[in-house]
Amino acid sequence: MRDRISRRGILRAGLVTAAGVAGLDVAVRIADRYGLIPPDHGGIYGLGETLTYASQRLLTSRASMAREFTRADISKVAPVNGGPPKLDEYLQLFARDWADWRLVVDGLVARPHAFSLGELMRFPSRTQITHQACEEGWSFIAEWTGVPLAHILNLVGASPKAKFVVALPFDRAWESIDMADAWHPQTLLAYRMNGDVLPTGHGAPLRLRVERQLGYKSVKYLRRLTVTDSILAFGKGLGGSNPEDGYSWYAGI
Amino acid sequence: MSTLVHASAAPRAGVAWAVRHAAFVRITHWIHAAAFAGLVVSGGAILIAHPWLYWGETGAVEAPSLVDLPIPFLLGHSGWGRYLHFQSAWICVLTGLVYVAAGIATRHFERELAPRRAAAVVPVIDDEREYNPTQRIAYLGVVFVLLPLAIATGLAMSPAIASVYPMLVTTFGGQQSARTLHFGVAVALVLFTIVHITMVARAGFVRRTRAMITGRLD
Repeated sequence: MRDRISRRGILRAGLVTAAGVAGLDVAVRIADRYGLIPPDHGGIYGLGETLTYASQRLLTSRASMAREFTRADISKVAPVNGGPPKLDEYLQLFARDWADWRLVVDGLVARPHAFSLGELMRFPSRTQITHQACEEGWSFIAEWTGVPLAHILNLVGASPKAKFVVALPFDRAWESIDMADAWHPQTLLAYRMNGDVLPTGHGAPLRLRVERQLGYKSVKYLRRLTVTDSILAFGKGLGGSNPEDGYSWYAGI
Repeated sequence: MSTLVHASAAPRAGVAWAVRHAAFVRITHWIHAAAFAGLVVSGGAILIAHPWLYWGETGAVEAPSLVDLPIPFLLGHSGWGRYLHFQSAWICVLTGLVYVAAGIATRHFERELAPRRAAAVVPVIDDEREYNPTQRIAYLGVVFVLLPLAIATGLAMSPAIASVYPMLVTTFGGQQSARTLHFGVAVALVLFTIVHITMVARAGFVRRTRAMITGRLD
């Protein structure tokens, strides 16, 4: 009698476990379908990272705008981490006032294109005064002017299959962002800062602005944007140099 | 919930089956203790990247600071620090929700933690069976003031959360103010923990710790 109950108990426990695993599997598939699973969802910190990314993606929308400030709020000091790229190619482009510089936009796009700085500056621009926090803890407020990345994505015809935009610069600090941030109206390709040309230390001639994440996602010294459905082919496959250095891929914190 | 016997509801005669701490209190206590340790260690790792505190929206080495903690700037630990911090924070929050929900359902807060006028009148409290007024205020303060403040100031530092709830940041006086307050709350929680462990040690570390594990004093 006891045996039968325990056998039935084991059977029931097995069924419950199987149902649980199947349910979890379905939940993961649905979450993945709606872009709620970050690339660094594995490992011991995967649980916390996935909960953070998923909850923030569910909470934010394209209409949730990073806070914007007034000119009076602009910080007197805007620190930078690291110096400009030492690459000869970069220095030569700088010496010729970026005349030969191009931003290559390729990958899952209908019309890949190499944009000159003049071309980018003729597109409709957006100016925003925003707060940037560094993962180290310091922060500053600055004004940024640039063309919304969404405008460029529309021009090149980004595929609906796209999941990431990979930003490749002249230095080693490359990053990738998801399409929720790529299409966000405040995500800019910025060429002006505080009403002036973008200073060298802040990413001349063109930098990314991802206002709803920490500073390290706003890649400086841009040379190429690749639209893709997988970040595995880039670098070590973690989606950025900061993730390769042990930082989380998503920095909305 | 009928299997739970609360201290204040338990028979006075020291019946062997009297449960000092309900199962949900014991389980959430230890999970929270581990997660809090994770938060303190990782919070320190994040802090040492820039151990200066500011007031307002912005702050940097070249800008006026509020407090310069006497700690050297030590970069390179906030990567794992942030991963561990948010993992621990999620465990803390989820455990906390279970604890508060169970605490309300079982009237744990009402029976064992709500400050009672009677407690002040009764000259001698059996402190093994019920909490004294100081303990009640300290525990309620941690659960309903300090931990929610830690969560709110933490969320106020998130640029993504700020895009949805900008009021959260302005309420605290800016992103850097939220960071400074987050540190202050953390210090208060660490001080509470030090006092808490000291009192447990003074009251009989093994006996009291066993009660928080098995639920029984005897």
